[in-house]
Amino acid sequence: MEQKQLKKIDIIFGWDDKCTPIQVVEKTIKKTPENIILDMIDSGLKGRGGAGFPTGLKWKFCRNEDSDTKYVICNADEGEPGTFKDREILDRVPEKIFAGMTICGFVIGAREGYMYVRGEYNFMLKALDKKIELFNKQLRDLKVDFQIYLRSGSGAYVCGEESALFESMEGKRGEPRNKPPYPTVAGYNNKPTVINNVETLVYTSEICRMGPEQFKALGTKDSRGSKVFSVSGDTPIAGIYELELGMPLKDFVEEFGDGDTKAIQVGGASGHCVPRKKFNDTIIGFEGIPTGGSMMIFNSSRSMYNVLHDYLEFFTEESCGQCTPCRIGCQQLLKGIEAVKKGERPPTYLDDLKRLTSTMKIAAKCGLGQSVANPFTSIVDNFREEIIY
Amino acid sequence: MTNTEVLIHELVEKHGKTRNALMPVLQGVVAREKFLSEEAMIAVARELDLSAADVYGTASFYTFLDTKPRGKNILRVCKTISCHMQGKDAIIRAIEDHLMVKVGETTHDKKFTLLTANCLGWCHKGPVLLINDEVFPSMTPEKAIEIIEDFSKKTN
Amino acid sequence: MVNLKINNTPIQVEEGTTILEAAKRLNFRIPTLCNHPDLTVAGNCRVCVVEVKGARLLAASCATPVSEGMEVNTNSEKVRIARKHILELLLSEHNADCTKCFKNGHCELQELASEYRFGDHIFIDLVKAKDKIRDISSPSISKDASKCIRCQRCVRTCAELQSVCALAVANKGDHQVITTFMNKPLNDVVCTNCGQCINRCPTGALYERNYIEDVWHAIYDPNKFVVVETAPATRVALGEDLGLDPGMRVTGRMVSALRKMGFNKVLDTDFTADLTIMEEGTELLTRLKKALVDKDETVKLPMMTSCSPGWVKFQEHMYPGLLDNLSTCKSPQQMFGALAKTYYADKINIKAENMVVVSIMPCTAKKFECNRSEMRDSGFKDVDYVLTTRELAMMIKQAGIEFEKLEDGNYDSILGQSTGAAVIFGTTGGVMEAALRTAYEIITGNEVPFTNLNIKPVRGMEGVKEASIKIKNTKPDWNFLEGVELNVAVAHGLANAKLLMDAVNSGKANYHFIEVMGCPGGCIGGGGQPIPTSAEIRKRRAEAIYAEDMGKPIRKSHENPEVTEVYNEYLSHPLGHKSHELLHTHYKVRNRY
Ligand SMILES: Cc1cc2nc3c(=O)[nH]c(=O)nc-3n(C[C@H](O)[C@H](O)[C@H](O)COP(=O)(O)O)c2cc1C
Ligand code: SF4
Ligand code: SF4
Ligand code: SF4
Ligand code: SF4
Ligand code: FES
Ligand code: FES
Repeated sequence: MEQKQLKKIDIIFGWDDKCTPIQVVEKTIKKTPENIILDMIDSGLKGRGGAGFPTGLKWKFCRNEDSDTKYVICNADEGEPGTFKDREILDRVPEKIFAGMTICGFVIGAREGYMYVRGEYNFMLKALDKKIELFNKQLRDLKVDFQIYLRSGSGAYVCGEESALFESMEGKRGEPRNKPPYPTVAGYNNKPTVINNVETLVYTSEICRMGPEQFKALGTKDSRGSKVFSVSGDTPIAGIYELELGMPLKDFVEEFGDGDTKAIQVGGASGHCVPRKKFNDTIIGFEGIPTGGSMMIFNSSRSMYNVLHDYLEFFTEESCGQCTPCRIGCQQLLKGIEAVKKGERPPTYLDDLKRLTSTMKIAAKCGLGQSVANPFTSIVDNFREEIIY
Repeated sequence: MTNTEVLIHELVEKHGKTRNALMPVLQGVVAREKFLSEEAMIAVARELDLSAADVYGTASFYTFLDTKPRGKNILRVCKTISCHMQGKDAIIRAIEDHLMVKVGETTHDKKFTLLTANCLGWCHKGPVLLINDEVFPSMTPEKAIEIIEDFSKKTN
Repeated sequence: MVNLKINNTPIQVEEGTTILEAAKRLNFRIPTLCNHPDLTVAGNCRVCVVEVKGARLLAASCATPVSEGMEVNTNSEKVRIARKHILELLLSEHNADCTKCFKNGHCELQELASEYRFGDHIFIDLVKAKDKIRDISSPSISKDASKCIRCQRCVRTCAELQSVCALAVANKGDHQVITTFMNKPLNDVVCTNCGQCINRCPTGALYERNYIEDVWHAIYDPNKFVVVETAPATRVALGEDLGLDPGMRVTGRMVSALRKMGFNKVLDTDFTADLTIMEEGTELLTRLKKALVDKDETVKLPMMTSCSPGWVKFQEHMYPGLLDNLSTCKSPQQMFGALAKTYYADKINIKAENMVVVSIMPCTAKKFECNRSEMRDSGFKDVDYVLTTRELAMMIKQAGIEFEKLEDGNYDSILGQSTGAAVIFGTTGGVMEAALRTAYEIITGNEVPFTNLNIKPVRGMEGVKEASIKIKNTKPDWNFLEGVELNVAVAHGLANAKLLMDAVNSGKANYHFIEVMGCPGGCIGGGGQPIPTSAEIRKRRAEAIYAEDMGKPIRKSHENPEVTEVYNEYLSHPLGHKSHELLHTHYKVRNRY
């Protein structure tokens, strides 16, 4: 078979000395907010935090809200197991995030931006704070009425969910809210808010720097542009890679696998497990399997029971606990596969549990509980024997 | 005022007297005291005009806002899948044997508390050990013990 | 207006209406657990999910507003399966020993489960052994974590209605619990014992400490003389637990039932309510005189009522600086106990140590109150047992009494007669109205200037009510009050009390007299009243209270002949020496934290 190298992209971490992030801001705010929104929509950029909502539309909705106070929030709570790209971005090119936030603030009419960084990344807070201070000063010098503030989490995966993140910033338990209302209508402090992922914000500033065409030229019709992938597990070259969206999983495995790849978990614990036999017809992107960027590779030495068990333990602990399907459902799934493994329940109990995940998927209050079905069904369906015996 | 109360008062001065300040204030207390004592939670509640139950309920939601007494250094070994595959069990066992504590416990000299954590965001360099706010990727049992010994010397 | 279809039936509703409300209007019942009409929306139990055409997710109908063109199905296959799963999940985390449960027969979870009749449970039992240990530290409130479904209704009640926040949700994931500060026993935290959380708990996780067996035991004991007193608000609510509609007045039947149950004397807390007005009214006038004439700065105004023990404990925890503003009068329940075991015991020739005083209350806080160390002025525990309206209903059933068929009975005398002014103690504004009816007449010799004595401005369900009455044509003794505008305020529910107290503390308010009732609606909405509760139910109970007042031949406390008799024979005069000894008390500062 012909070896094809995946094209490596260098948008996120690349640095343009002639047009630094603050200069991107300076240049962009000469345009009208409407035109910036049009550029965003034209670029086809969709959110990189998981849900994949078109960024231009999100900004537009928020801009259309009538309110004196609005907020921009950068979601840097990166908690999805197997994802570590935001940390790298925060570490290497934070100014690009700040630029994205500022442009967003200009578009929607916000004067304050917040960065919510997960507590696990506390070690970088000092450095970030310094860089924010510097950037804020540059903004003041430019007479841009926008300032950025830093907030940190304290170890709760669910706070990455946007409304839970607002609750947390408001000093409460990170329990996701009912929707509607959506953040663009009532977010932080119940004011219209745009919340975007770290990577999304970098792309917005890059699109402003280089124009939508270059971005749009990458990827496919449904998945424009590139994306940063966090590659881990059984691979000789674990790390961070910016790749074009819409790639066939087969190509990815050829490049990153260790030759013995049995399955890939796309999108972290809440994503889907793709077995070898489906590598050929799986596309990574919004038309296939969307991902926040985590690609976890398993070779044939791994027990998929352990993998599923780990994931379920994770959700059982990290569920906020407020809603029935998720709080109790996760415990039942975890205890359930243990019981099947020990022979205390018949293998057909797995089907009862699968039916339960169908309920969780449509009845849980937020994305956490809704997505537990993804790893559960994809692992149970494809590796049933490993779960039972 | 006790030291804790002084600290909390300063934190509230800095972050404001509103509920939105609760997280930064609690984080500030934990940064110095490693956990939230009853006294600390009551002082925070008083300063921010919240009920003590509310402060406790909020704090206990967050893994890093411990409400149980902790040692001067908190060791957290990532237990999620990537680190699991890369040998977190061996790291935990080595630390347990070395410090003679089980996960969740604090050493007699109160220097260390051993805990586990969910994915710390270094999956490509597992297994990962977090000591207080510092990250130590690509651990081996030997390296982990060495680092812990270093910390032990630095802590009195 | 928004047009939508629910189960193919078109309906038009106002914008902002939830699917749940819209469905109710079409008489489609959607089951709910975390939703309660008195509280904000939580949307966490998920049993109310419905299918909305075109949506990927089911919608929580209690938390989802309608939108134009929406097509809702409340009973599709997806909905049914989800609802069943959710119920089964809840039951897997639930210690479902219904037959032994205090809420058996009054439980929303049980009711829902009975609709589905689950046979085999498919899920694994998750009840934790440690959760089965109940918290019975409080003399009022019991908590059984193994019965809790985490709907958070209690937490919202304690925060939103009562501003106490004694309860909180702690931890996350599978460790999430409903608890107190650092999991302390309820008796050791700021809980006021109001019982509002019990009224809104859909399960047996929260219930009153019950003293039913103790009371039966006392009744059966031939050496005990058991006296029962009944609070004003019980008579308009008891029927609800015995098959009658909200708002039915059952005073006479309640008296008959108590007599049949074997109580030696059936007496009325309403009598001591009238007595309270005499004492408290006089106290108010005395304070006014000291403050306005003698310029005595130690006298605290506004004076605040003290007949609601939930409110009193709230004040002790939250506003210790305002304790001197509280009237020193005991609650009518405790005045009754103190008189019963002294004056009354003497009069009927019973040794006080052989007397057992049982009080039937709409209230759980009164269980705590009767155990306070201050409440032993007769030399004994003044009131031995407090039963809620709900407990009384249970006892009536246990005794095999067919309540509906009972003839009306009359209270025994003395300590049994009361006026309309006493009855209205049972609802918010009532104490104020009763006090004004008497005080105004003492000052001026004339009736209060309101049609039929009905002081409308202090009535109704508004959270904080204000009124001023201009005093005219005073009698010579009171001419320092001539032309004075008497400013009063009334609050019910502790969240409203807090608003009022903050206003007082900020110096913005210049009231002379404040009535506070700890529970929403006053005692008619008390923590010991039949469940469920809602604004509508409380309104009907209040209407019944005012109807009872209108039906009374005497409607002013100072005209109660038995009150006069007791003063003549024993107490001599309000605020007299004996009164001080038996009818007044003091308060203690408690920690807020
Ligand atoms: C349980 C849960 C965890 C999430 N964690 C994150 C996260 O860590 N970072 C993130 O950007 N988005 C996360 N999201 C998605 C956010 O809710 C939100 O969709 C996102 O921040 C929007 O930004 P985007 O449009 O730029 O993707 C999470 C969602 C759920 C349900
Ligand atoms: S799905 Fe899970 S995390 Fe989301 S609200 Fe429900 S319990 Fe909380
Ligand atoms: S709370 Fe309800 S369902 Fe649970 S045991 Fe009691 S009666 Fe049964
Ligand atoms: S009894 Fe009242 S104060 Fe106590 S927990 Fe319940 S609602 Fe809160
Ligand atoms: S105690 Fe009752 S009201 Fe409170 S959460 Fe549990 S079930 Fe709900
Ligand atoms: S799994 Fe350990 S750092 Fe991600
Ligand atoms: S009643 Fe709607 S979610 Fe509980």
